[in-house]
Amino acid sequence: MLDAKVPDGPMAEKWTRHKFNMKLVNPANKRKFSVIVVGTGLAGASAAASLSEMGYKVKSFCFQDSPRRAHSIAAQGGINAAKNYPNDGDSVHRLFYDTVKGGDYRSREANVHRLAEVSVNIIDQCVAQGVPFAREYGGYLDNRSFGGAQVSRTFYARGQTGQQLLLGAYSALMKESANGNVDLYTRREMLDLIVVDGRAVGIVVRNLISGKIESHTADAVILATGGYGNVFYLSTNAMGSNVTAAWRAHRRGAYFANPCYTQIHPTCIPVHGDFQSKLTLMSESLRNDGRIWVPRKQGDTRRASEIPEEERNYYLEEKYPSFGNLVPRDVASRNAKEWCDKGFGVGSTGTAVYLDFRDAIKRDGEDTIREKYGNLFDMYERIVDDNPYQMPMMIYPAVHYTMGGLWVDYNLMSNLDGLHVLGEANFSDHGANRLGASALMQGLADGYFVIPYTLGDYIAKAGPAGIGVDHPEVKAVEEQVKARIDRLVNSKGSKTVDEYHRELGLIMWNKCGMARNESDLKEALEEIPELRAEFHENMNVTGSPGNFNQVLERAGRVSDFFEFAETMVRDALERSESCGGHFREESQTDEGEALRKDDTFCHVSAWEYKGPDKEPALHKEPLNFEEVALTQRSYK
Amino acid sequence: MAGNTINVTLKVWRQADKNAKGAFASYNAKSISTDASFLEMIDVVNTGLEKEDKEPIVFDHDCREGICGMCGAVVNGVAHGPQSATTLCQLHMRKFSDGDTIVLEPWRASAFPVIKDLAVDRSSFDRIIEAGGYISVKTGQAPDAHAVVVPKVKSDAAMDAASCIGCGACVAACPNASASLFTAAKITQFAKLPQGDPERRSRVVAMVDQMDHEGFGSCSKHYECEAACPKEIKVENITNMNREYMRTLVTRD
Ligand SMILES: Cc1cc2nc3c(=O)[nH]c(=O)nc-3n(C[C@H](O)[C@H](O)[C@H](O)COP(=O)(O)OP(=O)(O)OC[C@H]3O[C@@H](n4cnc5c(N)ncnc54)[C@H](O)[C@@H]3O)c2cc1C
Ligand code: FES
Repeated sequence: MLDAKVPDGPMAEKWTRHKFNMKLVNPANKRKFSVIVVGTGLAGASAAASLSEMGYKVKSFCFQDSPRRAHSIAAQGGINAAKNYPNDGDSVHRLFYDTVKGGDYRSREANVHRLAEVSVNIIDQCVAQGVPFAREYGGYLDNRSFGGAQVSRTFYARGQTGQQLLLGAYSALMKESANGNVDLYTRREMLDLIVVDGRAVGIVVRNLISGKIESHTADAVILATGGYGNVFYLSTNAMGSNVTAAWRAHRRGAYFANPCYTQIHPTCIPVHGDFQSKLTLMSESLRNDGRIWVPRKQGDTRRASEIPEEERNYYLEEKYPSFGNLVPRDVASRNAKEWCDKGFGVGSTGTAVYLDFRDAIKRDGEDTIREKYGNLFDMYERIVDDNPYQMPMMIYPAVHYTMGGLWVDYNLMSNLDGLHVLGEANFSDHGANRLGASALMQGLADGYFVIPYTLGDYIAKAGPAGIGVDHPEVKAVEEQVKARIDRLVNSKGSKTVDEYHRELGLIMWNKCGMARNESDLKEALEEIPELRAEFHENMNVTGSPGNFNQVLERAGRVSDFFEFAETMVRDALERSESCGGHFREESQTDEGEALRKDDTFCHVSAWEYKGPDKEPALHKEPLNFEEVALTQRSYK
Repeated sequence: MAGNTINVTLKVWRQADKNAKGAFASYNAKSISTDASFLEMIDVVNTGLEKEDKEPIVFDHDCREGICGMCGAVVNGVAHGPQSATTLCQLHMRKFSDGDTIVLEPWRASAFPVIKDLAVDRSSFDRIIEAGGYISVKTGQAPDAHAVVVPKVKSDAAMDAASCIGCGACVAACPNASASLFTAAKITQFAKLPQGDPERRSRVVAMVDQMDHEGFGSCSKHYECEAACPKEIKVENITNMNREYMRTLVTRD
């Protein structure tokens, strides 16, 4: 059985007690220990900087040319914290409660409580680093309500919150690099994990410029490599976001938890052509003032402005009178899909709904709306070439975030000794659905305030690993990596890597996307291995492995997406309930809402890799709810 | 949304590696949707090259949303291309006409050596930040976020400067290949904030020295940087940096 190692005691005291009970590493001894941190997003950069400050020797890796470019940079809306500065009734307990409920009761209570507890320290830390959060005229920090929360607990820096938080963490990392305690390895891609006697002790990376395969060993390994949304090909993730690091760790023994939990964000710019390489998110904050609608008539081709009020269907406001346009992401997304599937969608493809600011502009004036959303409106116009002050925006849901990830215990350690997983790459805090502005919170909580404690406890108990890069197991893993690269490079077929990625993405979107059912999922389980076999036979990797080769990089990532996709579909098939972002058509209420089956599925599904072309084994971690009573979510 | 297609000719700088001698190569980009982004246009050309088993054009990119700062190239002599306040990834093909020839080159600066084709090495920017682009606070040391109030005007000014995405267009646009705008923006962000005060002097000296050490040119007030900046970082930051630097010379702690 999986042991989550949740400490004893009342919920609100677990973390404090746990910290006291941990073993400590003597300050003078810390420098004798080394830690590998893969990833320089919010989770990785904050962890690497904090551990270095404590004295550990840190090696930090990312695939971009600078740590500052990790995908966290793209987060727009904000970061939650239970500061209760607006005096509107927020508290650690309320943030904890909202997050457990928002996650549709599929997260681990103790982890979520700790997250809510340390959320307040994050804001303090970031302000001290010089993060220019929005302020009021009195000089105090401004807060807003986000994603339908009933309190204003979201801190933000214009529409660039992720950028500012990441630049804060990056500056802390560079400070430590200047001290000589962090070694930075940019343009390196982790291609495998080194495990010796059940303990994770290193990684194998490819130097993306020279193509050289390099090994690094340490006393502990931390993965903070982000989410796997690009398995769908089109998503709001950056082009390089991948599952490779997590998948390779999985193949070495780390369990993959809840891979089917993906979040589809309701307000993204719709797909408009085959050439499309990615989707762009329009911040959720737009739903505070924009009204979502479709025409009442199917296939109505009139321009939005020509459709009279009584012929507009504000379907969210009608169906959910108390939350209206601010229902959670999964609910908003699914309703958009339903109306488009029924033929009410707008735009040239019919897969879009309107997000209309006409009434807000009438009420507040164009200047007020410009002040609030100007940069988003500009971005929309730049991409779509349409003026949202005059015409409603067209939006459609898109893949945005992945709640699933490598399984970790309360200490953020996977089932593999020494392998710790932080940020979006782990599964821990968001259950089956993530609330807006809480991924940034989780990434920084993990990196600044959790791992510095729990890693120390691990090191104090485990002691040095004592594995050098010339260890036979290290050499063996290197050889396997090289063989895999050779196989990819020797593939000289007729289709491009991207063509296969796009085809895989379509299978996933159509059969394991916003709504899932048994027969589609079973079909996907047939189609994916077939397409994967064809991919290896018939893709073409140009160039050689010994230099900067972006086709080879993509081929490796897509190859891992192919393997991972199957496990994801299997997980979606196995979980025949609806919960959060995972909607099984067979499991809905009479009103068409998601129906959980707590008797059978109140657990974490953690998959164990059993070998190529073998079915993975399922392990279950039961979820017990002590503090928050299980209820069906209702947003009516 | 138009939905037209155009044909353009690309003249792209191809260079096999850092030490190779590069040259321009010509490609036809056919039937490009005007709704496609500039990078999607290159994707189409690259797909064609891959189909002919030729190496596609290497270019850096990641977010394709104008925020990570990874993309960038000189388009017809202009860093990030013709649209103001827009990164290359956010530039769309509707800004071009059927039959256009588009010349595409990497950032050119000795402190940004070419790695391959359009990709350059910008690690010099990281080293400038490493020299002092931070506030020396350790995790856990921070007081409550409201312990220090920051006037909104100062905080907004810090945010304006902090918007820099570190893409390097300012350097590419500058006739002297100066990194003044990049460096000044970071110095200004911290100079506006009370939290940045304790290291104000050492920071400006260390960062300016590092900038010179990396081989960037000095600013002779052409102000091409501001015009090229996709985030509209203002040249006043440079004036401010110079003032900060002067302060360290004329006053003592
Ligand atoms: C458009 C957008 C907007 C968002 N807005 C918000 C918001 O407003 N609020 C909020 O809370 N959340 C938001 N999110 C979610 C949030 O941004 C992410 O979940 C979070 O930033 C992830 O951080 P991370 O540190 O886990 O990973 P990332 O920031 O994705 O970093 C991953 C790191 O791992 C490295 N890496 C990955 N694979 C490898 C490999 N194989 N080898 C070496 N290095 C590797 C990368 O180089 C990178 O440094 C948004 C997400 C998107 C896409
Ligand atoms: S790709 Fe990120 S800014 Fe252009």
